[in-house]
Amino acid sequence: MSRRSVEYEVKQRPELGVDFRPLDGGPPAGVSAEPLLDSENMLINLGPQHPATHGVLRLVLELDGETVVRCIPHIGYLHSSFEKLGEYRTWNQIVTLTDRMDYLAPLIYNCAYVMAVEKMMGVEVTERCKVTRVIMMELDRIFSHLLWLGTWAIDVGAFTPFLYSFQEREKVYRLHEAYTGARITTSATRVGGMMADLPQGWAEGVREFAVGVIETLDEVEALLSTHAIHLGRTQDVGVISAEDAINCGFSGPNLRASGVPYDLRKDRPYYDYETYDFEVPIGENGDCYDRYLVRMEEMRQSVRILHQALDRLPDGPMDVDDPRVVLPTKTDLMNDMASMIHHFKLVMEGVKAPPGESYFAVEGSKGELGMYVVSAGGSKPIRWRVRPPSFVNLSVIPKLVEGGLLADVIMVNASLDIVLGEIDR
Amino acid sequence: MRGEDRMSDEMTTNSEGGGEAVTAGGRATPDAAEGVHPSVSALRDSFGDAVLRHEVVAGDEHVVFVGEENSFEILRWLRDEPDHLYNFLSDVTAVDYGEGRPIQVVYQLYSIPHRHALRVKVELPVSDLEIDSVVPLWQCANWLEREVYDMFGVNFRGHPDLRRILMPANYAEGHPLRKDFPLRGRFSRAEQTRRALAQEPEDHYVGTDFGPGRDPQVVPWPEIGGEPVPVRSPDSAEDES
Repeated sequence: MSRRSVEYEVKQRPELGVDFRPLDGGPPAGVSAEPLLDSENMLINLGPQHPATHGVLRLVLELDGETVVRCIPHIGYLHSSFEKLGEYRTWNQIVTLTDRMDYLAPLIYNCAYVMAVEKMMGVEVTERCKVTRVIMMELDRIFSHLLWLGTWAIDVGAFTPFLYSFQEREKVYRLHEAYTGARITTSATRVGGMMADLPQGWAEGVREFAVGVIETLDEVEALLSTHAIHLGRTQDVGVISAEDAINCGFSGPNLRASGVPYDLRKDRPYYDYETYDFEVPIGENGDCYDRYLVRMEEMRQSVRILHQALDRLPDGPMDVDDPRVVLPTKTDLMNDMASMIHHFKLVMEGVKAPPGESYFAVEGSKGELGMYVVSAGGSKPIRWRVRPPSFVNLSVIPKLVEGGLLADVIMVNASLDIVLGEIDR
Repeated sequence: MRGEDRMSDEMTTNSEGGGEAVTAGGRATPDAAEGVHPSVSALRDSFGDAVLRHEVVAGDEHVVFVGEENSFEILRWLRDEPDHLYNFLSDVTAVDYGEGRPIQVVYQLYSIPHRHALRVKVELPVSDLEIDSVVPLWQCANWLEREVYDMFGVNFRGHPDLRRILMPANYAEGHPLRKDFPLRGRFSRAEQTRRALAQEPEDHYVGTDFGPGRDPQVVPWPEIGGEPVPVRSPDSAEDES
């Protein structure tokens, strides 16, 4: 612990009637001096109630002046043990838990979960469902990044981009609502398909949004990308090397900002992502500014994927034709004994998964979002585990902020793009 | 001996050799189609019987069971061997099947250079939940192992900072994700409320907040010119006048 001493002269002001002599027998009056000021390290709480911690994150910071000596994160304030709760829910009921984890990109979580269950059960979804889920996931990637962009701009002191990005987010909220009936808690997926087919005109709405968001991104980039204050606050702040980033478990845009081209859509492609034409932006320096650049470019690439997916959205059934997982149509139910039995079993017992397990990871908006499901046979999981990208990304924050300034903690935290609902689960 | 017990507890299908790769879910690697994994055969060559068994689940996911005594060595070998280079640890978690069966600690490994995924499992008897920490190999295991400790009570030997992470530090009801833990907790709702209301600000700090070399029982905010204020400890509650 360093002790810095400050020594300076105090001019005596007898006319004020104040005696500045130190109390512990210091030098006599007239000889102006003050005892050495010892500075102890200071311990402060950043959060859990702080607008720049993006939720109920609490960082205990030990400061030497303005320099962060140590940073100890405390999490768990939102803990509701979704994983335990999931062991008491049927496979389809868990979908409603997943979107409450990352309420900034609920559809990605809905999709990732059912994809893991489908992989474990060996269910192959229809072509229309695949493309729909790709649209959902890319839409919510932009949705999540837009929130990150707004709060990032606020943290750096710019208010206008926040308004711009939330205007765009409102359009996605409306798309969510048009399809699922809910703005945030979408719960849109089911094992073997989606909750419903897409409503009339929904795809055109996505197209309209995809065109409009590019204009907003252009405007925001014009405001931020070369702004002197923005550059000064973010460049060479929170730097992490590629090796460290991998070793620390960084994933998603945070890892790519350090120069590691690891994107699950390219490296372990699912849902025909290898047939979509898009680039994976890579940073060079691994600092906050590169994380900003990577996310801005990712939104543009997601728009490209959206256009391609909308172009190829095929007609046909949304749900898989598999009586184990999908309810029969009403006509079949009324006329066909086998369908009625399937309907009864599905409604009363839920989808039954054979014994087995699967770990399925998708490229979430925050990083590698893995769903690990274990079944011992039956309608409820033995274990449902979420590999939380924000949780692992946040665990690196002491490494990034220690030795830097207090003001940089805010920017580093904003650049990691965390969501506490998923960290605490 | 322990290996035999583990075999009898086998839950999943498709044990070694019979890896009929059923391609499902739309993701399959060429290796998986044949039911072989380059790292698994190399592991067998290097470690022999230390690899207890090998399973293929969900079509193309390879699971290797290893013993607790050499799990660290095997994981280090997987990370450092140039042909494998599992440099990215996706996840550390655990699975409790209940009924006194061993708790599985699960490592999800991924090799960014070679694009291989591998799952390594270690089975620990409920009576002896101890395993070597892999934080020296992958730093991201720090919080993940803390979560496994918090939720399952697995002790990680050599972990730099093993304490609860999601539950409060003074949580007294046990480890929530164990199968013998009831959904609503062990205490009555009245007792849980009483404990929640009895929390003091000091309860939210832990020893490591105060830095190495410091007495964890002392809050490092000295009163000006005074002595450091001691933290309220459970024993001293009665002594306060």
